Amino acid sequence: MSTDGEVLALEGVSKSFGPVQALDGVDFGVRSGEVVALVGDNGAGKSTLVKVIAGIHPADSGRILFEGSPVTISGPHDATDLGIATVYQDLALCDNLDVVENLFLGREELASGAGELLRSLDEIEMEQRSHELLSNLAVTITDVRAEVGTMSGGQRQQVAIARSLLGEPKVVILDEPTAALGVRQTALVLELIKRLRDQGHGVVVISHNLADVFAVADRVFVLRLGKKAGDFDADQVSQEDVVAAITGAVGAARGDGDEAGGER
Amino acid sequence: MTTTPGAAAPPAAEAVEVPTPRVLLRRFLQGDLGEVRVIIVIALIWAIFQLQEDRFLTATNLTNLVLQIAAVGLISVGVVLVLLLGEIDLSVGAVSGLCAAIMAVLNVKHGWNPYLAIAVGVLAGTGIGLFQGFMFEYFGIPSFVVTLAGLLAWQGFLLKVLGETGTVNITDSKIVGLTGTFYSDAVGWIMAIVGIAAFVLTSLWRRQRRARSGLSTPPLPALLVRIVLVAAAVIAAVAVLNSDRGVPLAGLILIGFVLVFQYVTTRTRFGRHIYAVGGNAEAARRAGISITRIRVVVFMLASTMAAIGGIMAASRLLAVNQSSGASDLLLLAIAGPVVAGTSLFGGRGSVWTALLGALVIGSISNGMDLLAFESSVKFIVTGAVLLAAVVIDAIARKQRAATGRV
Repeated sequence: MSTDGEVLALEGVSKSFGPVQALDGVDFGVRSGEVVALVGDNGAGKSTLVKVIAGIHPADSGRILFEGSPVTISGPHDATDLGIATVYQDLALCDNLDVVENLFLGREELASGAGELLRSLDEIEMEQRSHELLSNLAVTITDVRAEVGTMSGGQRQQVAIARSLLGEPKVVILDEPTAALGVRQTALVLELIKRLRDQGHGVVVISHNLADVFAVADRVFVLRLGKKAGDFDADQVSQEDVVAAITGAVGAARGDGDEAGGER
Repeated sequence: MTTTPGAAAPPAAEAVEVPTPRVLLRRFLQGDLGEVRVIIVIALIWAIFQLQEDRFLTATNLTNLVLQIAAVGLISVGVVLVLLLGEIDLSVGAVSGLCAAIMAVLNVKHGWNPYLAIAVGVLAGTGIGLFQGFMFEYFGIPSFVVTLAGLLAWQGFLLKVLGETGTVNITDSKIVGLTGTFYSDAVGWIMAIVGIAAFVLTSLWRRQRRARSGLSTPPLPALLVRIVLVAAAVIAAVAVLNSDRGVPLAGLILIGFVLVFQYVTTRTRFGRHIYAVGGNAEAARRAGISITRIRVVVFMLASTMAAIGGIMAASRLLAVNQSSGASDLLLLAIAGPVVAGTSLFGGRGSVWTALLGALVIGSISNGMDLLAFESSVKFIVTGAVLLAAVVIDAIARKQRAATGRV
């Protein structure tokens, strides 16, 4: 099989909701240090695929391999424990908390020594690690003690992505990271995605915006009606071919989108 | 310092910019400087009443004020926690009456040891909170409905516990002493010095640790101003109280609980999670926080604080009767923190607002009593103050929304 070097691989994964076949025998994979864009029309199964990986909807059938060995993901915790982090479109940040508090929400560090008896939080350690994390990602947030609610959409997206990295995941899934962002903000987030790849993470990006997809992705994976409709190398395929695969025009013309992009 | 931070030091050690008056005004309107705002309001209220009635700012009256606000302030501490979740507890008044009655009946009619009676009264509050939190969380009933039902039911239990006589007079010296104990001048000053010293040392120590770790520190002058103001307030309070009967135990109990819960809400994981659940429950859930646990524990704490407040009220009244915990106690306990800046919408506020709010409401009520206002006027004025506070809260929320903060 084509699982060479893939940190996460799905084989023949199917999922149905009642009579609706949301995913039908999908093979999907991502390597370390690679950005895979997951595209498709509304209802093509992108969200379902992500939710299968993130453990929100366990698959009905098929195999999931993580670092080459079969795993079962039956809940969000399974995914997180394996090292799969998901950043959803609504970001799930607490607007009334500051950046440090949001980054460490649910995994706050406790102070040692006397502070441990009082169950005191180690704010200094958390703030230092926040600076470290953000500067590693070249994210410029001047005041990490500012409320997240005061920040721009791009900064909030950067905070959400940075938070997903605290658990040191191997795979990061981003759901529409550039939706509703302006041009400059989008550029910042795309830069951040490239840095995730350069640091060796496997990155899966769901996007509707093909310009963003081509700006950042190494590979473009097209879903259509719950099935794979194409798997292209980003630098060997044109935007028109991807659109054709999304809309289904290519299926009739070339038989199988898989061949179009070449060497996978 | 002997060493400078190494290359790994975070790049944020630059000085915090000094805010311009415009920025300060905007933060003021948005509720960020809530505590300063409330202190100004308290000063205004005191000035107005002092002009009308020169008995207002006397040591005797201010000592009475402390005794008057102890019970409602303690109840408000629990209310703040519930408000931070974005929920409400309408049963705190009724719970305070019922738990005080349980304590009084055990002590007076059954001859229990006063400490044991107090403990059982407080634990009854905890149990009630557990029940209400459970009903709220597991059946998904809105908190105001659960606690509204509680308001009625616990009042019924109060009447049952009190039985035929309807009033239980408290004579036990330990229970009466909760609000009737005053410390000597020397003890008062020692406590003031210890308190100020602790505040100064922790403030400086915290700043020092941040500086040593290469993190940004608040400007030193601002910190010194803060320290001087706090020290002056403590010294003034002790001086005034000492010139009457001395520092009252009731006031210390109130401040003690405020300090403990201020610590819990701002410096512990549990407190952080309360703010998170109140700010965005879904985000908290996805971060792995057990929302159920947080909510149930907060309702338990709210009822527990209500019971403690009720016991203080009973101690001051020297009795528990059928109207204990009824009337406007509930509304004042909720109004106080809201007046002082805790949001009804959850996620914003602090335990300090329980104390500051009780001071605002208590001062107004005390002043109107001195001026011998009719209760009709008192109700109308208190209602207007609450409405004004909620309007300010709503405006602050809109301001935040307008600047992209929800």
